[in-house]
Amino acid sequence: MQAVFTRPKTLKDTPTHFCPGCTHGIAHRIIAQVIDELGIREKTIGIPGVGCCVFLYKYLDIDVLEAPHGRAPACATGMKRVLPNNIIFAYQGDGDMASIGTSEVIHAANRGENITVIYINNSVYGMTGGQMAPTTLLGQQTTTTPYGRNFRTEGYPIRMAEMLATLEGVAYSTRVALHKPKYVMQAKKAVEKAFTMQMNEMGFTVVEMLSTCPTNWRLSSTEAIDRLENEMIPYFPLGVFKERTGKDFL
Amino acid sequence: MRVLTKGNIALAEGAIQAGCRFYFGYPITPQNDIPEYLSKHLPKVGGTFIQAESEIASINMILGASAAGARAMTSSSGPGISLMQEGFSYLAGSELPAVIVNIMRIGPGLGGIAPTQGDYNQAVHGGGHGDYHNIVLAPASCQEMFDLTIKAFELSDKYRNPAMILADAMVGQFQEPCRLTPKEAVIIPDKPWALTGANGRPAQLIKSLFLGPGEMEIHNLDLKQKYDAMEQNEIMYETRYLDDADVMIIAFGTPSRIAKTAIQLLRQEGVRAGLLRPITLFPFPSEAIHEYSQRIHKVLVVEMNTGQMLRDVELACHNGTKVYFYGRPGGGIPFPDDIMREVKKIV
Repeated sequence: MQAVFTRPKTLKDTPTHFCPGCTHGIAHRIIAQVIDELGIREKTIGIPGVGCCVFLYKYLDIDVLEAPHGRAPACATGMKRVLPNNIIFAYQGDGDMASIGTSEVIHAANRGENITVIYINNSVYGMTGGQMAPTTLLGQQTTTTPYGRNFRTEGYPIRMAEMLATLEGVAYSTRVALHKPKYVMQAKKAVEKAFTMQMNEMGFTVVEMLSTCPTNWRLSSTEAIDRLENEMIPYFPLGVFKERTGKDFL
Repeated sequence: MRVLTKGNIALAEGAIQAGCRFYFGYPITPQNDIPEYLSKHLPKVGGTFIQAESEIASINMILGASAAGARAMTSSSGPGISLMQEGFSYLAGSELPAVIVNIMRIGPGLGGIAPTQGDYNQAVHGGGHGDYHNIVLAPASCQEMFDLTIKAFELSDKYRNPAMILADAMVGQFQEPCRLTPKEAVIIPDKPWALTGANGRPAQLIKSLFLGPGEMEIHNLDLKQKYDAMEQNEIMYETRYLDDADVMIIAFGTPSRIAKTAIQLLRQEGVRAGLLRPITLFPFPSEAIHEYSQRIHKVLVVEMNTGQMLRDVELACHNGTKVYFYGRPGGGIPFPDDIMREVKKIV
């Protein structure tokens, strides 16, 4: 009998602590599959930020360094300079990367650090209990925008993949989603491309993943999938915003 | 052979000789000689220099490089060191070695670029959040800028804890003849805990998050054992003329140099003063100070601040010894006359 679906070797056999309907687990699985398929488990090091993303180390059977809040791209910079032949990736949420960590990600990207950032955008602070994120949609109610996000007082949701794509040091910037099989397949291809480009020393790669947070969206798992499709994708369009084809940087 | 060398340059060369091949830093006066020197000389030995976008990025680049097993260093001054405090705490909590240099300038706030010792409390008693200590070394000469930097890497690796060089801007900026080769061969220990990829061994994890019941208490008690071991094994201090002294001056860095001149002049006048100079500020030479204060009942602490090490000296004496203080907190440097006057007041 042929096994057609197994747990990736790099994904630990651990009960999940994530809430029902959360797509962090899908992101982990994708990363584990790509690591297995590229045969790079022994030289891949993950650097999660702070927030729900921090628990990467519970699920991936690779070396992991926990970074301070928002600082994973700086930690990855230091590590990659020591270990240029390893695959180094940061795993950050939207509060981590798009709020407190904007300086670190922009400058790591602008230096063209040969690292990958996996960026989970679920438009809310998850671990701290549902506060507004820089990515919270206009009108979205959170525990700190009880009347809904208002552009006059809270500004607009920030589009990181587009912004980072403007920087010369960036080799690849894309936005994918995790809520339907079709999108999951695309997301996996994006991670594979980012890691492969890193192996080819092409510069900074970032994969933004639109993700669900049913608990803090106060929705059921299926309603959360609908919200991602109908409300997030129109504001955060999927696509490739930059893809370098050669090693020539300028 | 000795070479006329600026303190900051001696420190930077000490880092290279210590096997440091990764420096990350952000410009701030009065320590710019360090990144400028290393940007020129690290590439020649296969090292990496990055001018980071901020001190927050510098310290986190250190964290990443250290986790990968490298000897890494950053340097800064007051405001920049304040920005790094989160990183100090993570380094200590994650048990990662790192050498951080603070060439102190006057504060608070933007303050100024003149020399001070106003960051003693921040370096020795905290700075970052949580239950931890930095190893803190206080050079008082260009030679010590070189030697103690090598020592800082050694101690930092030995205890897997951040080590700080705390020097006032005078020590960073003055020039003295300096031996720029290590006193002993530099040995960089194996780091089996480093993250290099799970190749031929189980995956490894470096973190400071301990959410399980009781885990954090165990972790903090483990850290405490390391700090206790430092106090047992690593205290360094220098003494001068304490055998017959009636007054013990306690000072570190630049004031200790001036105190030595003052003591010689006082002795010419028949006033028997002596010096105890802490070289390690953490661990602090409390026991030595206590022992001397049993016999020398008058102590004068001289600092370039409003009295920070003073509190540690008072705690160390804890025997009724009268502890006096003379401080210059605004960028000024005490003159020998000032110290002589203060000593004469109390004998």
